[in-house]
Formats: sequence, C-alpha cells, structure tokens
Amino acid sequence: MGGYTYVAPATVADALTILSEHKNNGTRAQVLAGGTDLLVQMRSGDNAGRAIVDIKNIKESNNLVFGETETFIGAAISSAVLNESEKLKELFPGLLEAADLIGSTQIQGRATIAGNLCNASPAGDTIPALIANSGVCVISGPSGERQMAVEEFVTGVGTNALSSEEFVLGLRLPNPALRTSDAYLRFIPRTEMDIAVAGAGVSLSLSEDGTCIAARVAIGAVAPTALLVEDAAEAIVGSKLDEGALSKASEACSGAASPISDKRGTAEYRRKVVGVLCKRAAVIARDRALS
Amino acid sequence: MAEAVDYKIIGERPVRPDGVDKVTGRAQYGADLSLPNTLIGSVLRSPHAHARIKSIDVTAALSMQGVYAAITSEDFASPDGEVGGEAAGSASDLAKNVMATDKVLYHGHAVAAIAASTKEIADLALDAIVVEYDVLEPVLDIDEAMKDTAPLLDPDCYTQNLPEKAEKPSNIASVMQLSGGNLEEGFAAADIIVEGEYNIPMAHQGYIEPHACTATVNEAGQATVWCCTQGHFEFRSMTAALLGMNIADLKFIASEIGGGFGGKTVVYLEPVAVLLSKIAGRPVKMTMSREEVFRATGPTSGTHCKVKVGAKKDGTLTAASAWLAYEAGAFAGAPMGPGAMCIFAPYKLENFFVEAFDVLVNKPKVAAYRAPGAPQSAHAMEIALDDLARELEMDPIDLRLKNAVQEGDQATYGPKFPRIGFKECLEAAKNHPNYKTALEEGTGRGVSAGFWFNVGMQSSAEVHVNENGTVTLVEGNPDIGGSRASMCIMASETLGIEYESIRAMIGDTESTGFSNVTGGSRTTFATGMAVVQACEDIIAQCKARAAVTWGVDEDQVEWQDGQAIPAPGVNADVKPLSLADIASQAHKTGGPLLGRASLNAQGPGPSFAVNICDLKVDQETGKVDVTAFTAIQDAGKAIHPDYVEGQMQGGTSQGLGWALNEEYIFDANGVMENAGFLDYRIPVASDLPMIDCHIVEVPNPTHPFGVRGVGETPIVTPLAAAANAVRDATGVRINDLPLSPPKILEALDGND
Amino acid sequence: MSNKVQIQSSVNGEIVDFLCDPQETLLDVLRNRLSLTGTKEGCATGDCGACSVLLDGRLTCSCLVLGVEAVDKEITTIEGISEKDGLHPIQRKFLERAALQCGICTPGLIVATKALLEKHKDPDEETIRYWLAGNLCRCTGYDKIVRAVQDAAKELSYEA
Repeated sequence: MGGYTYVAPATVADALTILSEHKNNGTRAQVLAGGTDLLVQMRSGDNAGRAIVDIKNIKESNNLVFGETETFIGAAISSAVLNESEKLKELFPGLLEAADLIGSTQIQGRATIAGNLCNASPAGDTIPALIANSGVCVISGPSGERQMAVEEFVTGVGTNALSSEEFVLGLRLPNPALRTSDAYLRFIPRTEMDIAVAGAGVSLSLSEDGTCIAARVAIGAVAPTALLVEDAAEAIVGSKLDEGALSKASEACSGAASPISDKRGTAEYRRKVVGVLCKRAAVIARDRALS
Repeated sequence: MAEAVDYKIIGERPVRPDGVDKVTGRAQYGADLSLPNTLIGSVLRSPHAHARIKSIDVTAALSMQGVYAAITSEDFASPDGEVGGEAAGSASDLAKNVMATDKVLYHGHAVAAIAASTKEIADLALDAIVVEYDVLEPVLDIDEAMKDTAPLLDPDCYTQNLPEKAEKPSNIASVMQLSGGNLEEGFAAADIIVEGEYNIPMAHQGYIEPHACTATVNEAGQATVWCCTQGHFEFRSMTAALLGMNIADLKFIASEIGGGFGGKTVVYLEPVAVLLSKIAGRPVKMTMSREEVFRATGPTSGTHCKVKVGAKKDGTLTAASAWLAYEAGAFAGAPMGPGAMCIFAPYKLENFFVEAFDVLVNKPKVAAYRAPGAPQSAHAMEIALDDLARELEMDPIDLRLKNAVQEGDQATYGPKFPRIGFKECLEAAKNHPNYKTALEEGTGRGVSAGFWFNVGMQSSAEVHVNENGTVTLVEGNPDIGGSRASMCIMASETLGIEYESIRAMIGDTESTGFSNVTGGSRTTFATGMAVVQACEDIIAQCKARAAVTWGVDEDQVEWQDGQAIPAPGVNADVKPLSLADIASQAHKTGGPLLGRASLNAQGPGPSFAVNICDLKVDQETGKVDVTAFTAIQDAGKAIHPDYVEGQMQGGTSQGLGWALNEEYIFDANGVMENAGFLDYRIPVASDLPMIDCHIVEVPNPTHPFGVRGVGETPIVTPLAAAANAVRDATGVRINDLPLSPPKILEALDGND
Repeated sequence: MSNKVQIQSSVNGEIVDFLCDPQETLLDVLRNRLSLTGTKEGCATGDCGACSVLLDGRLTCSCLVLGVEAVDKEITTIEGISEKDGLHPIQRKFLERAALQCGICTPGLIVATKALLEKHKDPDEETIRYWLAGNLCRCTGYDKIVRAVQDAAKELSYEA
C-alpha cells in the first residue's frame, strides 16, 4: 500500500505539474476542494493511499467574478461563502438553493459546487441546477483550459470527463436575461441532512406578458446522471405556465426518468415525485422572473 | 404514603451538578480516556449474514510488526447459565454474540480481534486474518423464519414453553400465551369487530456515542475497565462469565455515557479488550465506528402483529386477541414478553388472548430499547382502537376513557393495579388546548395511549457528610439524563440542606454497592429510594450525635429543616444543631458520618401516557410534517420536571422517528444497507415542532416522594399517534411502519 | 511508511505544533494528538455534528477536515468557548434550560450555536432548527435546545 501525501499548490501551473507527475509515475492523485465527499470515501471502501492535491490555495479557484455576460464561480468556494453573496443569490437563486441543500450548516462551510459536480453522484443537488442555468465547466489541463457543458461533464455514476491530469477550476454561467430566473427543488424524507430522492431545476425566461419564451429543465436522482429534459422545457415554452402546460412538463420529466429502487425510494415513487418537483420549481422560477 | 405535600425543592428545576463539565467539554465519555502505552483493539466482522466458520488463521496477522495480540472465540471461556439483570439472557449466547464460534449469524458478527500499536496497523492486521466460510442461506423475513421449511440458525433450538417438547428444531425460540375469560363469548357479545395486521421494522436506539472502552490487565490478572455503560456492575458480571474470571479481579469504572436507551446494557467490546490486554500486557482501547454500532450492536425487534378487537355499540370492549411475532436477531431473547403483557394493559378486558413468538433471524441480536417490545404491540392495538372509534363515530379519547383501567382493576398481565393515573392522563388530553384547537386544511390529528410497568431492582447508595456539613452522594447508576440532579434534590429534601451543598458521584464497582443498570425507568425510583434511605440513616445518626451533645436520649431529638432540635416537650436549653454543626464536631461524638442503604426496590409504579399528534401530509409527495405534538404522562411525582419533560420529549422524538423514517434496510444477503446516520434517518432539529409536555402527578404510594419511572413510556405512544394522524389527514389507513413518503403516496394513489 | 507532516496551527488562541498523517482528520488530531477530547466523534462521516468546531470562524465538522489543512488556521473547539470570567451565555442557557441529557452532542451544539448567533442576532425558531439540523441529539427531541438558543440570543443581544 502506498501512503498518503498532501500538497496544496499555490498556482494552477503547480497543480497541473503535480497531477502530471503522478500520471507519469502511475501513482494516484486526487483533487481536494471541500472534502465533504472525499474524506467520507477515504474512511469507507476506498482507503488506499494517494496524493491529495488541495486546490484551495489557488487564487483562481477562489475567484467569484461577475462579468457583463457571465459569472465565474471558482471551484474552491464553499456553499456558505457563495450564499453570503447577495449578488449571486439575485442572479441564480435556484442554484444557490441547490448549493444550500448540500448537507448541514457544517457541511456548507466546506462543500463546493464544483466538488458536488465532480463527485458525480446521480443525486448531486447542484447538477440539475447548473444544467438548468446552462452552466459550463472550466477545466484546467496540460494543454490549457477547455470548457464543457455541465450536462456532458458527468459521464456516469461517480464518473466524469476529467482526465487524471485535469481539474475543474470553476464554473461559468451565462447571466440571466431580462425576466429570467431559476429554481431548484429536491425531495428528501426528512427536512435536512438527506440525499435527494429526486430533484428538479428549472430556469425560464418570460416575455412582458408572462409567456414563457425560453426554458431549461433538468432532473436529478432519477437516472445514472442528471438529465436535461428538453420535452419538459418545450411543454412550458409558449405557455403562461397554466395547469395544462405544467402537467405536460411534469409528465415529460416522469417519462424521462429511469430511476432505480433503493433504500431512499422506489423507482415508481421517484418517477412521480420528479414530475411534481418540476411543476413546483417551474412555478417558483416564474414567480421569481416576474418579481 | 406520599400525598400532595409542600416540598422545599422537589419539583424545582435547579441546574444539574455535572452540568458545567458537560457544556465545557471536560466530561469524559467512553472514548475520551487515554492511558499511557495504550494499544488499539479492532474487530474482524463477518461479511456474511449466515455462514459456518470452517477455519480462522491469525498467524499472518500476529507476525506483523506492531501487532501484539489476536484472539478468536477459542480464547473465551464456555460459560453456561444466565447473566445480566434486566436484560438477563443465556451466558453462552452472549459469549457467541461477542465472538462467533462455529457459525456467524449476522453480517457484522465478530469473528476475531487484534490489538496493535495503531488503528492503521490493527486494521491491516484484520485484513491479514484468513477466515474460511461455508456460506449458508440467510433467514431475513420473520414469517419465512417461522415456517417449517426455513433454514435453521441453530439446529439445537427447540421451541420453549410449549405444552410438550417440540418434535423438531425451528427458528421459534419460544412462545408465550396470556389469556383471560372466554374469547369466543367475548367476540360473540361484540356489536362490532375490527382487526388488522401490522409490521413494525427493526430500529436502533441511535445513541450518538459509539460503544467504547479501555481495559488494562496487570501481571496478577487484575483488570480495570473504563467504559460507557448503563450498568458497570452487570458489565462486570458478564465479562467475568465470558472470560471465566473472578469478579474480584475485575474493576469497572463507568465513564460518562453518551446515550444508551437500553442499547448499552450488554457487553460487546469489554471482554474482548480485557482479553487482548491480558495477552498484550498493555492497556487496550476499543471504539466502535458508527457503522459497527448499526451492524453489530443490538437494535430492537422488527415485529409482525395481528390484532382483533370487539366492542359494544357504546364502546365497551368485549374481547381482544393478538398474535405477535418479534425478531430476536441471531440469538433468543426478543422482548415478546413485555410486548404481550403491555398490549392490552391500559384497558379493562375480561376476554382476551395473546400469543407471542421469539423468532431467530440472521440479523443482529436485539437489545433493550426503551420499553422493549411495547411500542410495537401498542402500535397495533392503538390503531385498532382508532379504527374502532371511527366505526363507532366516537371520540377516540372517550373510547379509551370508557375502557381505561384504574386502581383495583385486574391487569391483563396478571396483578391488580395499584393507584395509577391513566384516567387522569386521558382527561388531561381531552382538556388540553392542543386537542381543542381546530385543525388546518390538510392536517390530521391522532391520539394514542400507552403503558409501561417500570421496574425496581437493586440499588445502593452512600451519603458521606463532609466536615463542613456538605454532602457527597455515591451511587452506582450511570447518569444518562440528569439523574445526579434528581438524587441531589431528593437528598436535599430529605436532609433539609441546600441542593448546592450536595454532590453526587457514580461510584465504580469497588467503591459502592451493587446496582443494576440505569434502565427500566428505575433509577429515580429505586436508586432514589436508596438515596433517601441513606439520608434517613444520616438523620438517625445526627439525632444520636445531638443527643450525646445535649446529654438527652435519642428519642428526645427530632430532625427538622436540616437541624437537630429537641422534641416537643423536651426541656433542654439548647440551640438547634445543623448538619454542619454536627459534622464539624463529629470527631468528638463518634467519628465521621456515613449513611448507607442498599435495597431491592419493590412496588414500582406503572406509568401511563397519552399523545396528541397533529401533522400535515403533502398529497403529491406523501411527506409528513408534524405540526404539533402533546405528550401527557403520569410521572407520579416529578422530582426535576425539566428532566421528566426531557424523557417525554426524547421518547417522543424517537417514537416519531420510528413512525416516519427509521428502519433497518437489508439486502437479499442480509447486509444492512443504511448503516449510518445519513440513511438511518433519525429526526433532526428541523423535523420536529416543540413538544408540549403535560406531567400528570398521581403519586406512587410505594416511593417516599411518589415517584414512578418515566423514561420508557414516552416511546410507546408516538407510533400509533402518528399513524392515526396520517389516517385522519389522508383518509387512508396505513398499518405498517415507517410511514415513509413512498408508502404514503402509494396508499394515496391506490385510493384514487 | 510514515509520511507525517509537521503542522502549525492556532487552537483556542494558542499556537500549537503537531505531527500528523496526511489522511488524518482534524478530529483525530484534536482528540488524539492535542488531547482536546471535548470534540466528540459520533459518526466520522459529517452526519451528526458532534465534532463541530470553528475553522477560521466558520462552523465545520472536524471529521471532514484533514489535519494538514489546519496550517495557519484558527480553530475554536468547545474548550475555547468559555470566557475568562466563566461560562459563555450559551453554555449557561444550556444548563438553565436543561438542554442536555447525556451531553455527548452538547459540545457540538454549543459550538454550532455560537456560530449561529454570530451570524443571526435574533434567529426565529425555524432558522435555529435548520441551522442546527446537522447536530443530531437523540435524547432531548430538541425542544429544550431550541429554547436555550432562544434565551442565549436574547441575553447576547441585551449585552451587545
């Protein structure tokens, strides 16, 4: 068994060098941001030694940049810090809600959106919210930066598109257009501390008269990866989110879901509830877009 | 006999004497002790729920650097007979549970243990132990387990308590029956009969502190063990039996204990740590991970119940019958007895029949959990009564009032009830604002009632009067929920001195007399009685010392308000002598003052409870939100009402958790799938409303201050209260627990 | 096989140096290397909150932080909550309200409450309950804990 080592590089370049060295040596390295998933994994099944590469000392990973057309969220910023930004909450209330749902206050102080994404759990709360907001991953690697839509980033249960020489530096989100807002809802049996049984993120834009002119709907915990449900978006675009359109969107989400039955809920239950969540999230997003 | 009296401090709410250490991090719990030169002990656990152990080879592990001891069941004694107090059971089964012998009977069952210089080395050494298993089919479902065709956990298990010896072995370890009157006639006399079938899942006590201990054995074979336990004397007996040691060679020191609820009344680690230390010649510390706590300590039984109740149109019960099957886990000893005895206990019933089964399954061996067995059977009965009330269009509290037992009534479990407060609890519920408040749309209300016997058993106490008149109490019951405060209050009231001048300590097994576990709701009752008697011993001594001082006869001295005074009519020109006066002169009047008492307390007072539960159900997701909850219970007399309410609120929270979310989930191989607090979902702060408490005080005549036990009854009632409220909110009856969102939604959709 | 790292950190206002393995949690460092056993382990997976500490003022589960991450950080544990002249008002209110039974969750709850009241001077019941949702208590049903926090908030706002 190789032991553990820990390194906290101060620059992107240093981090990439370390990752490449490990790749070339055939040794394992793993990136640490908040650590709320990683430390648990180290204590259960996967306890083999490795190099832990902490990206919290990298300046760019801690950047929160409000651009004219887009917003950049550094990979090392914790949910608690993000939720203290009024500006960010105003722009992406749904995404922030999703980030706020990851675990307890204690977990909030550590957990990051990028970590939630890289962990690639089917039930990760921020993933549907990121997809609904057309989020893009900014990936640092040996040949520079590359970008990838969030819905393409997660490749399966616990797997993502990163090579062992890359890490996520942050997330890029287009700023919402006029009368555009988002919402994320998840279902858990308790009020807190659970993993999502189902989740739905909705972002939508309204015309002046309240007609939905654009929408993105994403669902989580009901398939191996979070899904962008275009049929659901189509169902509400052109409507004023009347009961009929919402029902169609809801059915589209239930139809797109391919859930499993496990200790957290039955497949049938998840399929039903994801539709309910889509409907409710859409209404919240609409109310926000109007306000 | 205690009547409504004006007490000086009983019923007040002073700060607990051990409080400061517990809010500053000073208090030492099971895992907080570190002795120099300590090794870490770790347990190898079975990856199978049911398998024969063909061989265990520890040689590779033992040869590793940093490994100092490796043990298997061969290193243990082969005890027979029974051990333990309230949770007494077969010593041989206990030994096999602590370390598997020929078979492993649940996933997580201990098969070997290691002591090493660090946790990492110990864990690596566990990986180096080679165990060959012959994997057998696990028996996981109680109904399947009871069938003739089921694989057997124990081929020598012949059902006990049958009229004739069983012809062949089975997984039914024992049966019991309770009956009275004539069931057929009773049901024939009924205008209405309700019946139902109910499943309640296996659930864990969920104490936040994992089991932990440190043991050190010297060259003379004398062992000292620090551990978190509900009863260090019983842990000592069990450890002595399992290791074939002389009790005199074992000293147990109870650390502070981070919750138990019955789960820390049996040993898991302690004998292992002693054995490892004996071999290694160094102290050995062992702590369980949360996962080990779930997989390998004793939860309470999953239970399958069938109940049938008959009544007249006016609500008078004419007959009731129950069939109750309790999972024992890997070894016999499910709480089917108390479950059977409690189910009909609150009601006047001439004609009844209860049959209960103790059933082996490949799951962890159950341990006590707050009113063991009663919540499961009460859940069934209290739902049946709710159904009955609905069919009769009768108020559910009125239905219970109509049939409630009172003093002098014959209990279905045997004795005649002494003075009890069930009707008072029901009346209090009926008059409670919670019961009168109108329900909001989408909300439902459920009520239920429950009973627990409470126990007495053995306790010891000593009272040391210091030279300035302050007092040190020594007793043998670990303080899980504020019992030091109650002991100090009772001593203060008895002696007539300030609460603040009394300190209470939990003596180790060498510094106070034998005491049974802190459990069975017995501590404030029985140990409290011992404390009061020990204080009375001091008063008698003080009177004698005053008599010597004053040159009068002892019977010419009285004790009043913490002072010796001359009895009325005694002509003595003396100043009263306070406890401090007497203590300061004790060296002149006969030496230090030491009072003591030991007893096997008789006459515990049964405690009844009634709950009102309001909740809202999300019709689209099936999620339940408890909006209001009122717990009403007869405490006899609340010595420290905060801690009585604390028991009521804590039991409510556990009961609601069990009702709504908590359950052991096993896969087809018998592996628990939710062995952590993430997926074994105990209530969090945001899940609950304030829990309103109403303490009824109908004094227990056998206790000097009227105390009944209060700790256990609170968990008996919330299961059915929640289920009845869900029925009220949705119109759909769900008999099985937990009332999880998928289950509720399925029922709602089925109803469309 | 040891890759132990030397770390300097500040715990309860005191500079401390310790050696730890790279994979060792801050919880284990506090308990086993610094003998600060007031911080408790209930689960080691971030689900119970018994190991709550403040890390640079932010509420955290010390079981989800590596010891090596504590470099140059300010850590406050339950042992650092009391004030020079006695108990912190939060500690006092927990005692007065009987907000503990067994007491194992109490250190974590007090640390969490301190973080709460630094951020929200006058939290309503819902805010308190959600803030403390990561601190499991099995004994009390939370009722008296919530009341103790409300009392402490009141007292602290009078003091301010």
